[in-house]
Amino acid sequence: MRTFRTVTALAAAALLLTGCAQAERGPDKDGVVHLRFQSLAWQKESVDINRQLVKEWNAAHPKVQVEYVQGSWDSVHDQLLTSFEGGEAPDIIHDASDDLADFSYGGYLADLTKLLPARLKADIPQQSWDTTTFDKKVYGVPFLQEPRVLMANEKLLKTSGVRVPTPEQPWTWEEFRQVAKKLTTDMGKGKYGVAWPLKEPVSATLNLGLSAGGELFHQGDDGKTTIRFTDADEVVPGTVHDQVNTDGSASAATLGMGGSDTLPGFFGGKYAMVPLGFSYRQQISQQAPEGFPWTVLPAPAGKDGLTQGVSPQTLSVAEDSPFKKEAVEFIDFFLAPENMARLAKGDWMLPTGKEALKDPSLHTPKDGWATGTALAAHLRSAPAQSVRGYPEWKDKVATPAYQEFYSGAIDAAELRQRLEKEGNLVLARYQR
Amino acid sequence: MSLTSGPMRTSRPARAGQYLALLAYLVFLAFPFLWLISTAFKSPRELGDLHPTWIPKDPSLDNFRQAFDEQPLLEAAGNSLIAALAAALIAVVIATPMAFVMARHRSRLTTAATGWVVVSQAFPFVLVIIPLFLILKNLHLINSLPGLIMVYVVWSLPFALWMLVGYVRAVPRELEEAAAVDGASRLRTLVSVTAPLLMPGLVATALFAFITAWNEFFFALVLLKSPEKQTLPVVLTHFIGAEGAADLGPLAAAAFLATLPSLVIFAIIQKRITGGMLAGAVKS
Repeated sequence: MRTFRTVTALAAAALLLTGCAQAERGPDKDGVVHLRFQSLAWQKESVDINRQLVKEWNAAHPKVQVEYVQGSWDSVHDQLLTSFEGGEAPDIIHDASDDLADFSYGGYLADLTKLLPARLKADIPQQSWDTTTFDKKVYGVPFLQEPRVLMANEKLLKTSGVRVPTPEQPWTWEEFRQVAKKLTTDMGKGKYGVAWPLKEPVSATLNLGLSAGGELFHQGDDGKTTIRFTDADEVVPGTVHDQVNTDGSASAATLGMGGSDTLPGFFGGKYAMVPLGFSYRQQISQQAPEGFPWTVLPAPAGKDGLTQGVSPQTLSVAEDSPFKKEAVEFIDFFLAPENMARLAKGDWMLPTGKEALKDPSLHTPKDGWATGTALAAHLRSAPAQSVRGYPEWKDKVATPAYQEFYSGAIDAAELRQRLEKEGNLVLARYQR
Repeated sequence: MSLTSGPMRTSRPARAGQYLALLAYLVFLAFPFLWLISTAFKSPRELGDLHPTWIPKDPSLDNFRQAFDEQPLLEAAGNSLIAALAAALIAVVIATPMAFVMARHRSRLTTAATGWVVVSQAFPFVLVIIPLFLILKNLHLINSLPGLIMVYVVWSLPFALWMLVGYVRAVPRELEEAAAVDGASRLRTLVSVTAPLLMPGLVATALFAFITAWNEFFFALVLLKSPEKQTLPVVLTHFIGAEGAADLGPLAAAAFLATLPSLVIFAIIQKRITGGMLAGAVKS
């Protein structure tokens, strides 16, 4: 038995050790380089455009052939992590900037700083590059992004006689609160001026909080990050809390819902406004009853105007890929202005590229495109996406704390205490 | 209540209560599936209705058309079927003689093996996936159905073994002793005497291994790279987007189709399974 165990253990160890020594990939016998591109596009229009662009590239570049592989947003982190560890990651990786920090710190992604062509560098604004830059190295090309906007029932707004905001003259947070109150009164019992779908409250709260100057995460001179919940950080969560618990102008039932879950209530006239990501317009256009009068309004502004945090979709290159140069060439082609505009329209999002943003079809009032495009210049890197320990803080501390605060179970003082005290303990573990 | 001897009789109200509880349980179990069917036949507009109905107002097959149009569902179902059938067959073939030994020859080794089987169920996927990935990569079994089948067999084997041990113990030992007296070898005894009596248990175990493999998602996601090799659960996630957004109609249509093979197989061999469960549960 002992001999059997020893042999088994040795066999397993040998398998693992030899597994680590992987053969270097190279071009095939005809000198053709094969790249694998894992895309997370999932809506038909978007998948079609992705496939079409790959087809166009392959036709124009017979020596560098790209294989299109469809991944899934639902499981991309675990799937990529395993693939990286096993040395089998795709060469070109579609993901979101808030997922890149762990991978870049882990050494799984290639530093693109010196590989990026000047055109692409110049086309994408610095605030977008900031979302994929960690330790002064660029680990992904941000290409699609979406602000949070207010989907509104135009008819209810008109009936109520409230001022309709524009990107040039948005509501303040206080004005938004008053408007929601008035709408609730005018709409009658069982109906609400606003429905906040806050199943995942942290990113929505922090991203919108930038408008009021809330930063929450502060970096000290020693380079270490600590959490400080200031008055500016309280503006957005305080507004939501008061709408639900004081004014009764926001539905408490939707606090635990995802965005899609609130749409039937929105279509049925139960809610006049729903704060949602810009791409939800596609679902609305598909599902709204014939002639439903919906419109897109900018989110309220604070002392920092319409500023919002975003985590753009990104394209990265695996560190293990032997074809980094070719992979970046493909990314450059894929994100040429006209292609980026096509991708943006397919996903109902905004392109990060300045040239793509000039596409006339992104400036039409139809389906709220013009409102979203006007917000592009105000979008910044989502707070804390590069802070180590952020995912744990989000899951273990911030999510339950914000949920309890919004439902009225705890007050602002306790929210502050939990976010700061428990949160800093979590961050400290990652910054030793 | 009667005090005379004989089988206990349940009063009418109690019996009615039992049926009511059973009905409630059935509704509870069937609700998600019925809702799935209803959703699969609804248009996007109807899915956005504030007051949804069980029966679609304007039933259509558009979601099914769209699902087949957008994703290679048939190809994926074929891959799932191959993986699940092979895993079930191999697991049963390996587990049967093992169960025979563990049930009939009690020793410290069989006690330890039983303990190990139970403990092995406690390991989460994420703990084993990276070492497993490296081993399979070394064996050139990444991105191949045989590699996935091997994983499924290993994954379902402990529980299959545990199930079968119970069934083997329920077969009277005297029958095997009689075969031995007649000169049958152990293998002959297992094949000609024990196995036929074990048939319900074998079917139940095979079904367990089949459904486990048919529904499995994470290993298939990580181990299969090429789109043409992906299994049904992986392809279903392609209808789901970021932050929980989903193409609900086609997703429901595809998910409904994905449940059909399990339902059909279950319906066909239901009687055998019921018999098998009883055989495994009652000590002679």
